[in-house]
Amino acid sequence: MATIAVDPRTEYLLRVGDDSLVLGQRLSEWCGHAPVLEVDISLANLALDLIGQATLLLNEAGDGDRLAFHRDVLDFKNCLLVEQPNGDFAQTIARHLLYTTWQHMLLQRLTGSSDRFLAEFAHKAVKEVAYHRELAREWVIRLGDGTEESARRMADGLDWNWRFVAELFEVDGTLQSVIDHGIAPDPRELGRLSFRNCSCPGRGAAGPASRSAPAPRRPTGTP
Amino acid sequence: MSSDWPLWEVFVRAKGGLSHRHVGSVHAPDGELALAHARDTYTRRLEGVSLWVVPSAKIIASDPDRAGELFEPAEDKIYRHPTFYDIPDEVKHI
Repeated sequence: MATIAVDPRTEYLLRVGDDSLVLGQRLSEWCGHAPVLEVDISLANLALDLIGQATLLLNEAGDGDRLAFHRDVLDFKNCLLVEQPNGDFAQTIARHLLYTTWQHMLLQRLTGSSDRFLAEFAHKAVKEVAYHRELAREWVIRLGDGTEESARRMADGLDWNWRFVAELFEVDGTLQSVIDHGIAPDPRELGRLSFRNCSCPGRGAAGPASRSAPAPRRPTGTP
Repeated sequence: MSSDWPLWEVFVRAKGGLSHRHVGSVHAPDGELALAHARDTYTRRLEGVSLWVVPSAKIIASDPDRAGELFEPAEDKIYRHPTFYDIPDEVKHI
């Protein structure tokens, strides 16, 4: 299926909605497989929050169920970070810390959107995401301070996911258009430096960067 | 793995004015994560407004073998029950 041209607001709803949808589906893969029962419930809870966000956003963009289950893979608008494989628990937590730190900053600003639906959505979701970020943060600290093995796995997890962070701050024509209309916050104003301070306290300027950057863009849906 | 972590008893206050009630337990490496696990396990359906977690090992429990001497003497002392008072309808949770 070729990508359908939609108005910038709908496109934006799809992007934000697909981020939540895909991350929620990824986390759902843990269900029944987490290291311990309590963590299983914890991750399923996070997944449910995200699927709930996606439901709201995709239903605003169109028929939520059809959008979630009847699109072809290349028609999804999510960022690369959220679709990264779960890996081990540390890699999942690294992905979650990086994404929800950014998402929390985005949602805080989105509460002031000129778009009433998005402002109300952000008002609800920002509280959920604040908890996600906090939980991921606690786990990063514990795994980092745990055993030699847990620290190595945590560092590997950050290493894997860090190269997909830059994309979160990119602005293309569609996004610029919704920014100009006051619908979306400008991610460049979130500031990569403050993001780094937020997500990796004490790590300083030397973020993990030993893995190569992803390809500049994914293939498009049309040949 | 879970057995490496200590057990924590979870108490939930359902709403302001009520006391915390024991609802179950969770495993967690420390108090902060015990709170997170308790939140995710026991308050995901709006069950509470406040949570306590207590290390299970810190609870001093009575010995079931001593139940006879501890509790049975109270059985025939009905005068200790405040059943002879009229409780106003407006007073909840007594």
